[in-house]
Parts: sequence; C-alpha cells; structure tokens
Amino acid sequence: MQLDLNLIWFVLVGVLFTGYAMLDGFDLGVGALHLFTNKDEERRTMLNAIGPVWDGNEVWLVTGGGALFAAFPSVYATVFSGFYLALMLLLAALIFRGVAIEFRSKQPMRWWRQMWDVSFSVGSILSALLIGVALGNIAWGVPVDEHGELAGSLLGLLTPYPLLVGVTTLAVFMMHGAIYGVMKTEGELHDKLRVWAMRCIIFFVICAVTLMMATLLYVPHLAARVRANPWLFSVALANMLSIANIPREFHRGGDRMAFLSSCGTIITLMALFALNLFPNILYNPQHPENSLTVYNAASSPKTLGIMLVIACIGVPAVIAYTVSIYWIFRGKVKLDRVSY
Amino acid sequence: MDVLTLSRIQFGGTIAFHYIYPPLSIGLGLLLVIMEGLWLKTGNPLYHQMARFWTRVFALTFAIGVATGIVMEFEFGTNWATYSRFVGDVFGSALAAEGIFAFFLESGFLAVLLFGWDKVGRKMHFFSTCMVCLGAHFSAVWIVVANSWMQTPAGYHIVGEGMHARAEVTDFWQLVFNPSMMERLGHTVCGAWCAGAFFVVSVSAYYLLRGKHLDFARKSLKFSLVVALGASLLQAVTGHISAQGVGKNQPAKLAAFEGLYNTTSNAPMVVLGMVDEKNERVTGISAPGLLSFMTHNDFHTPVTGLNEFKPEDRPPVTASFLFFHGMVGAGLLMIAVAALGVLYFHHGSLHERRWLLWILVFSVLLPQLANQLGWFAAEVGRQPWIVYGVMRTPEGLSALVKANTVLSSLVLFTLIYFLLFAVFIYLLNDKIQHGPHADDLVPAGKLALPVLTPATNEPK
Repeated sequence: MQLDLNLIWFVLVGVLFTGYAMLDGFDLGVGALHLFTNKDEERRTMLNAIGPVWDGNEVWLVTGGGALFAAFPSVYATVFSGFYLALMLLLAALIFRGVAIEFRSKQPMRWWRQMWDVSFSVGSILSALLIGVALGNIAWGVPVDEHGELAGSLLGLLTPYPLLVGVTTLAVFMMHGAIYGVMKTEGELHDKLRVWAMRCIIFFVICAVTLMMATLLYVPHLAARVRANPWLFSVALANMLSIANIPREFHRGGDRMAFLSSCGTIITLMALFALNLFPNILYNPQHPENSLTVYNAASSPKTLGIMLVIACIGVPAVIAYTVSIYWIFRGKVKLDRVSY
Repeated sequence: MDVLTLSRIQFGGTIAFHYIYPPLSIGLGLLLVIMEGLWLKTGNPLYHQMARFWTRVFALTFAIGVATGIVMEFEFGTNWATYSRFVGDVFGSALAAEGIFAFFLESGFLAVLLFGWDKVGRKMHFFSTCMVCLGAHFSAVWIVVANSWMQTPAGYHIVGEGMHARAEVTDFWQLVFNPSMMERLGHTVCGAWCAGAFFVVSVSAYYLLRGKHLDFARKSLKFSLVVALGASLLQAVTGHISAQGVGKNQPAKLAAFEGLYNTTSNAPMVVLGMVDEKNERVTGISAPGLLSFMTHNDFHTPVTGLNEFKPEDRPPVTASFLFFHGMVGAGLLMIAVAALGVLYFHHGSLHERRWLLWILVFSVLLPQLANQLGWFAAEVGRQPWIVYGVMRTPEGLSALVKANTVLSSLVLFTLIYFLLFAVFIYLLNDKIQHGPHADDLVPAGKLALPVLTPATNEPK
C-alpha cells in the first residue's frame, strides 16, 4: 500500500461519510427515539437539542456525495443507478425528516404536531435503515458487470445480511442519539434518556456481535481479509472498548465523554468497514475482475490533485466553524422564543 | 413513456420545484444583511423587528430548499449514470466545491442566524447573517459553474473511446471561468435578488392594503422597492450580456429563442408573436434589425439561423421560443412595476393607490415566473445536448435503469412535492397573517442595549 492520491481520496471520502455518520447519526437517533417521548415539552427539547445543527450535519452527506462523484465517478454512477429505488426512498425519508423539524412547531394543533412527529420519527428510522442496507450490500459484494454497471432492484437489496447491517446501523444511531440527548438535557428527561441509552447499548451490542459472527461465517471474502490481516481485530477491539467506556462514563457523570466514546464507536465501525474493502470500493465476489477499485474507478490524477487543494483550503475552514457552532450552542437545551 | 422522457421530466420537475427556494434564500439573505446592517447603524428597533420577521420566513424557505436540494445531487447518479461517468472528473469537482465552500458555511452560520439571537452579541449575529448570505451566493457560483460547463464546456479533453470515453480536466481555471460562466452567474444572482426583493415588497404592500403594521410595512417597502428596481434593471443588463454570449457560444439556442430559421442580416426581434415550426417562420410583431443589434451591436451583421444546423442538432423551437419570450416579458414587467412603486412611494401617494398596491402584492410571482422560464429556456435551448456539442442527452442515461423504476420515483416525488408546497403556502400565509411580533421591537438577551429593560425569555 503506497501513499498516492487515490488512497488519500479514499480516506477523504471516508472521512466525509464518517463525519456524516457521527454527526447526523445522532440526529437520526434522536428521531428514532422521538415517538417514545410522550410530552410535547420533551419532544420540543429533543428537537431543539438537534435544531441548530442537524442541517449542517446533513451537509456532510451532500459533500461526501459530491466528493465521491468527483473522485470516483464510476463508483458514484454505479452505486446510485444500481441502488436506484433504495436511494429514492432515502431521499424521501430525509426530506420528511428535515421538513418535519421545521414545520412541527409552526402550529399548536395536536394533530399537526402528531403528524410531523410521526414524519420525523419514521423518516429518521427509515433513513438509518436504508443507509445501513446500502452499506451492507457494499460489504456483501455487488454483481458489477464487465461494463462496470450494476442492475439492481429494491427487493434484491433487502437480503438478510444487508438487513442485519441496516438494523445494526439503526441501533448504533439510536445509542448515539440517546447519549447525545443525555448530554443536552436535564431533569426527568435526562434520567429517562439515560435508561434508554443503556437499552440501546445492549441492543447495539447484540446486533454488533451477531453481525460480526455473520460476517465471519457467511461473507468469505471479508473473513479471508481478517484472517490475512489479524491486526484488524485491534480495530474491532477499539470499537468494543469505546462502547464499554460509555456506561463507565455515565457512572462517573461524564456525559460529554460518554458522547465522545459513542463517536469513537462510530469512527471505528466505519474504519473497519473501509479497511475491509480497500482497495476495492465495489467488490464483485463472483467476478473479482469486474470490481471497482480506488484505481480503476478514480478520476484523473490531475483532478484528484486539484480536489486535494480544494479540500486543504475548505476542510480546515469547515472544521473551524463546525467547532465554533457547537461551542456557541453548547450546554443544556433551554426552550425560548426562537426554539422549535 | 420511455426512460429518457421520464428521467427528463423527473430531473426538470425536481429542479423546478427546488428552484422556487434557493433564489428566495439568496435574495432574502441579501435583504436580511441590509435590514440588520441598518439596525446596527441606526439602532432603530423597527429594523430589528423586520430582521426577526424575515428570518422566520427565511428559515421556512431554507428548510425546503435544503430538503429538496440533495435530490438533484443523487439524480445525476441514479438517472444519468453514463453522464456522471463521462463528466465526473470535471463536473464532480464543482459539486464537491459547492459542498465544501458554500453549504457548510451557509448551514453552520444559519444556526446562529436562527437560534443565536439571544446567545451571541450583535456583531457576531450580524457577521453570521453576512456569512449565510455569502454562503448562499457561493452555492450559486459553483452550481452555475457546473451548469455553464454543460453549456459551454472548456478546460477539458476527452480521453478514451466509445464506452470508456470520458472528459478529463486540463485547466481548472478555464473550466471554472468557462465562456458563459460569468454572464450566467450575474443573470442568475440578479434573478435571485429580484425574487427576494419582490417577496418583501409583496408582503409589505399587503400590510398597507390591510392597514396593519403600517410603520413596519412602509419601512420595508422603502428599501425593498429600491432593491427590486435596481435588481430588475441589472437583470435586464445581465440578460442582454447573457444573450450576446448565447449568440456567440450557442447560436442554435439563440436562433430557437427568436424562431429565426434563415441566417439574416438586419435580423428582427420578435416583440409579440408565435413561432410556426411547420412553415419555419414567426407570425406577429417584430422590430427589424433589433436582434442583429442586440447580438452584435450592429443592425446589419447577420444572425445565424436554425437552418445552418442539421435538424437533429436543433433544440425544440416552440418551447425555447415561448420560455425565452415569457421570461423577457416577465422581466420587463418587473421593471415597470418596481419603477411605478418607487415613483409613487417617493411621491408619497403609494398607500392611496390601492390598484398599484394590489399589483405589488402579486408582483412576487413575476421573478418566480421569470426565474423558472429562464432556467427552462437555458436548459431546453441546450438540447439535444447534455454537454453542449459533446454528449447528447439520451447518451447520458443510466444504462440499466428501467422505465417503471423511474416512473415510481417520479410518482413518489410528485406526491411529496405537492404536499410540501401545500404546507409551505399554508405556513407562509400563517406567518404573514400573524405579522411581525410586537415583542421583537425590544431586542432581548445579549442583543439588548444596556439601557434597555432586562430581557424576558418566556417559552412559547
């Protein structure tokens, strides 16, 4: 493995999607838990916990998509056309999730709020599941043909292994969202969320262990990969340690550290996914020669170089104002007249 | 219907719906900067109230803009995979740059603009408003770069042949400043300013008619009318420059706009008329020589007609003609309406002329109409090419996506967008009927001046 532009862009696209999973992950998790709260004030508190940031978090997905388009156009074209209906459903889910946050507070009627609560929650759950199913299919391997095309149907994507990845993704986002909620709330809701966070952790651990066994048993190319690179277990171990750290931090009252551990869980999961794929992005287990890799699917070195300059100018700025926005809105949520 | 027609309807429809909102965000963004700037400068609480009211409207348009915006980015890959493979090297970088430079800036500072009123100081808040406005303008820059590259590709070469052919960047700055980019950017941004300004004009005129929030409405009208007039005049200038560029870079498109079949010197410009594709002529009133003059600054220079192009290389003539003339008509009406408004406002008799106020109320539709028709004219006039002169639209389709699949997503988005639009109109009307909040006359939290009474933050 040598350090070249293709590798750098594989990492950068990975960073953008990991950023998305880590940031919008808690928005989607809060959404998935939304209907479990039953008082309007609790729901408003949860919504306002993500209110100032959800929209910026979604930009990580948009930019990740743009970067994939620019750096690996063949992968972008093949995945998006091959996963057509699943992505359209994801778009619909993200639309309902997003507008519901904005619309809900604009009218006081019960039915109105109920309608957008359902739209917010179902949109979030569906988004998390679909993102997981897409990742699951990529991990399982996809039948890319010799022209680099992928003929897909929605039902063809919903096989057991990808569905398991989908549920695991939902579980990790719910855990992440619940912990974010613990960090941002106080009083009764805070205690309630802490109980949910523990339940979500158990749910996630069950999913993760099942997924790991299923991967080693049923996805031979991934299993072979792990066997050839036993150090990959250290990433999995880091993942488990960050999960284990969450209850420990809760016990010590370090809610922010618990949240950072949860971020670590997501980062290690994404790293595990990427390390298992590289140098392939879309792997065809039946015909490995058709696989799209970071080399045969990439843009020209010139474009990758230009993009790297753009990234070097843009990314530090992005990180600077992302950090400052989170800093401005730090602390517990207080409902006021500009709140949702 | 086949995949091509369905995919074109889907892309056109989703972008048309999306394009209601970004121009409003860009235009309102600019007006918010003016309002808040005036507040900081004069300390007049009316400007603060104004900024607060329009921020709430801005939030609504922005949310739908964001929600509907990702759709197009996905559709390049889902519906136009072959196009995406072909242009990714060139086109993708513009989209990625838009994400990095524009969207993060916009969405990050939007948080402060919307929720930071009582959390940060005045200057920081004003700075955030400026950044949101700047971010909105940046996104216009990069999307116009990408789209203009499809109109007038530059700074690339084609590598490989047949199925494996693709465009690769040779010169990034040539790609960015491709021949039509600057003029189209100017025209697009002016159109967005018009959308924002006429929106404020419309709501303010409505309050005057209803006799509500009079001080607020008069103050809003005062500068929004001026911005509307300035922007719509500038729109005519940039439109003229843009059309000259089209004449130079995409002559078939200009010929279709004017229904000009034979290359003629002293070419006429259609003032009011209809193109007759069968007989290859235009019936109606034309101004002789004007098209030659507008295109080449000279009444006698010939303008290229459609007959110079093979039938398969011509854009759909009737549609291009109608969209273009509709846009020009709406644009001219905007100038007239804004000029009348400014005239009577300064005369001090605007509030007595109810007919004009009613026209101002409905004037919000003019820039929307002009923006939509202008975008249609630009894109339909580009046909039959997806990348002008390089790749034809049918060649860009996804190879393996089936018509039924596209149809189901088209139905899905049609339903969602009708619902979104209905909710948008309902909530917008509700906000307008409620009007500005009286308590916004007293800035709260860190925004309050020390001499003012302490702020009370009551949950609603």
